[in-house]
Amino acid sequence: MRRIAAALAAALLCASGAVAVPEAGPNQAAIDGDAMPRKLSEFGIFRAGTSEPVDALLGYTLHTPLFSDYAQKQRLIWVPPGKQATLSDDGHIDFPVGSMIVKSFGWPGQNGGRPVETRLLLHRADGWTALPYIWDADGKDATLAIAGRRVPVTFKAPDGAMHSIPYAVPNKNQCKECHSKAGEIVPIGPKAANINFENALDRHDFARFFAEPPISADPMPQWDDPASGTLERRARAYLDVNCGHCHNPQGSASNSGLFLRWTDPKGVSLGIGKRPTAAGRGSGGMEFAIKPGDPDHSFLIYRLESLDPGIAMPELGRSTVHREGVALLRQWIAQMPKDGH
Amino acid sequence: MRVLFLPIAAAVAVAATPAAAKTISVSAATPDANEKLQEALILAEPGDVVELGAGVWKLTDGLSLDVDNVTLRGAGVKDGEGSILDFSGQQGAGEGLLVTSDDVLLTDFAVLNTRGDGIKSKDANRIVYHRLRVEWTAGPKETNGAYGIYPVESRDVLIDSVYVRGASDAGIYVGQSKNVVVRDSIAKENVAGIEIENCYDADVHDNIAVQNSGGILVFDLPSLPQQGGHNVRVFDNIVQDNSTPNFAPKGNIVASVPTGTGVLVMANRRVEIFGNALENNGTANVMIVGYRYPYDDAKYQPLPQDILVRDNVHGKAGFAPAFPGGAEMAAAMGGAIPPVLWDGAGSAVVNDDVGVLSLGLPDVSTPQSEAQPSPADLKGDAPATLPGVTLPASMEAKVQ
Repeated sequence: MRRIAAALAAALLCASGAVAVPEAGPNQAAIDGDAMPRKLSEFGIFRAGTSEPVDALLGYTLHTPLFSDYAQKQRLIWVPPGKQATLSDDGHIDFPVGSMIVKSFGWPGQNGGRPVETRLLLHRADGWTALPYIWDADGKDATLAIAGRRVPVTFKAPDGAMHSIPYAVPNKNQCKECHSKAGEIVPIGPKAANINFENALDRHDFARFFAEPPISADPMPQWDDPASGTLERRARAYLDVNCGHCHNPQGSASNSGLFLRWTDPKGVSLGIGKRPTAAGRGSGGMEFAIKPGDPDHSFLIYRLESLDPGIAMPELGRSTVHREGVALLRQWIAQMPKDGH
Repeated sequence: MRVLFLPIAAAVAVAATPAAAKTISVSAATPDANEKLQEALILAEPGDVVELGAGVWKLTDGLSLDVDNVTLRGAGVKDGEGSILDFSGQQGAGEGLLVTSDDVLLTDFAVLNTRGDGIKSKDANRIVYHRLRVEWTAGPKETNGAYGIYPVESRDVLIDSVYVRGASDAGIYVGQSKNVVVRDSIAKENVAGIEIENCYDADVHDNIAVQNSGGILVFDLPSLPQQGGHNVRVFDNIVQDNSTPNFAPKGNIVASVPTGTGVLVMANRRVEIFGNALENNGTANVMIVGYRYPYDDAKYQPLPQDILVRDNVHGKAGFAPAFPGGAEMAAAMGGAIPPVLWDGAGSAVVNDDVGVLSLGLPDVSTPQSEAQPSPADLKGDAPATLPGVTLPASMEAKVQ
């Protein structure tokens, strides 16, 4: 009897438009299975025929996000019923098997504001799997693009400049190049120091996802908001998020000896007074990755300002220069004492 | 218990020797060939062969392979008949092909004109590079990619019968690896022909290094995860005419290699250089130096130690020493400096019957401008010979 009443109440609410009927979660079997579904709709992440996520997923943002050609991103977490993600001692979030992280990329004015691509990280029994999907022209569903693809995208950057770029949707291996820790795929974005739940913290079902809110007592600042942290802290946050996933001792750039995580010490391994190792043309004829007080002779800056694949850093996911991010790092290097190694 | 055990054993056997190992053929003429080839490299399963059709592949994005025990095989390296991966229009990725899985064989194809490195393998144990060509076809240019063949942070590496030309750093570069063989290969018109950097146990033999700026380099550099390079043998190579003006972008360590260098050892412990034919290298046939830059790394050892040079055949050398003060030294010594050049740091035994010039700079922090050049006699008792590198039989079987 109570069940019927609840259903009726829900129907009434829906009819009134005030509150949506609680929807089912995503398709757990698709997440858990070992297949690579051809269509994104098989996961039940989005309402049928749309790119609007179902309410069951938990949205989040990051204090400092990865730059991806000025794309706007929507991030979602799914944790299977009856399980919870936990916070590890080092600030990483451990997601249980059956979890899924969803990230969609789009630009205002492109695809009518709908996403261009959606990437999934699925935590399966044998580890994380990364799958890239490109949205179909009609915006109703997206199709697996396991080998990646270049998609023409046009957008206006914050400085007003128009860009038309061959935006690179990464292939499955390229997903792993960044999402790699000692050769295994791992999530990068959701970590206590950087995750931001905003209003989602108030969700009635927040505790279903996390045993405790995975929030750091000393979070990273917002890279472009001086009120959120010092220049040094904002620059370090930017380097961590944009570079640190490869530039760490277990990442894809481990051989460089250049380690750029939030927690890495400030010294040669952070690039200060560090000579090029395997930079090739990336050195731009300069002696040091970071030359204190001299951003024009710091090849870390040179590589961020380049679009040439033999020079540009990061190696993936960037077809435009992030002017504002580079400006932050230039400012940081400029204020370093010149003799201070 | 027995009933349970049997199916598990059977399953393991299937996994170990995949019954369904298959060949996936991809044609250069396929529309979206770049995407189709990348798809094949992703969908391949251990034991599979991905077969590159003959022809010119116009590729716009870097390729990558992350599946263990896969062979990538083409129809050959020659223009007109082989499988030519042309990256002249490359838009992204730091290299043409990236391998990050174990037990991979790359064979019988060419990689041309990549924007960055040619073929890179990282944390790819037991990789075999066999019968490949990596080339920047316009010849030496500063805008060419850095490394042609670039294995790094790997255990057991075999590079056999490859040809590399035009790299603006090193044609064949092996970094931070263990148990390495580079043999029967040709490195021509690169800044460094072959470079072994921060490696443990490497054999470089029966190669031809010609017309590079420096022929064969054995380096150890600071501030890297693996350092303390040691046990490297350079033998039975032909190292000649390394006279291409150094075209490396400045700042890189190889930009400091003097044009006309044959074999160069920088830092490292236990390097044996023997049985090589060394000729027409204008700076020196063999150079042995310390790491003479400031560094901030308490664990780093900047001196060459226990370097042995023996039984090499020396042709003309030292007639155009391309380091500061070199021309004056050559003039003072009758037009050429001796074929073996030592900066005076660390320890070396040179038993070849040729002269040795020491720069008299035992302390690596002394600037080169304070060189005190003088002939040196480094003849002495050779340390016990190195055992040489043995690779797993599975790797040798792939090139038989």
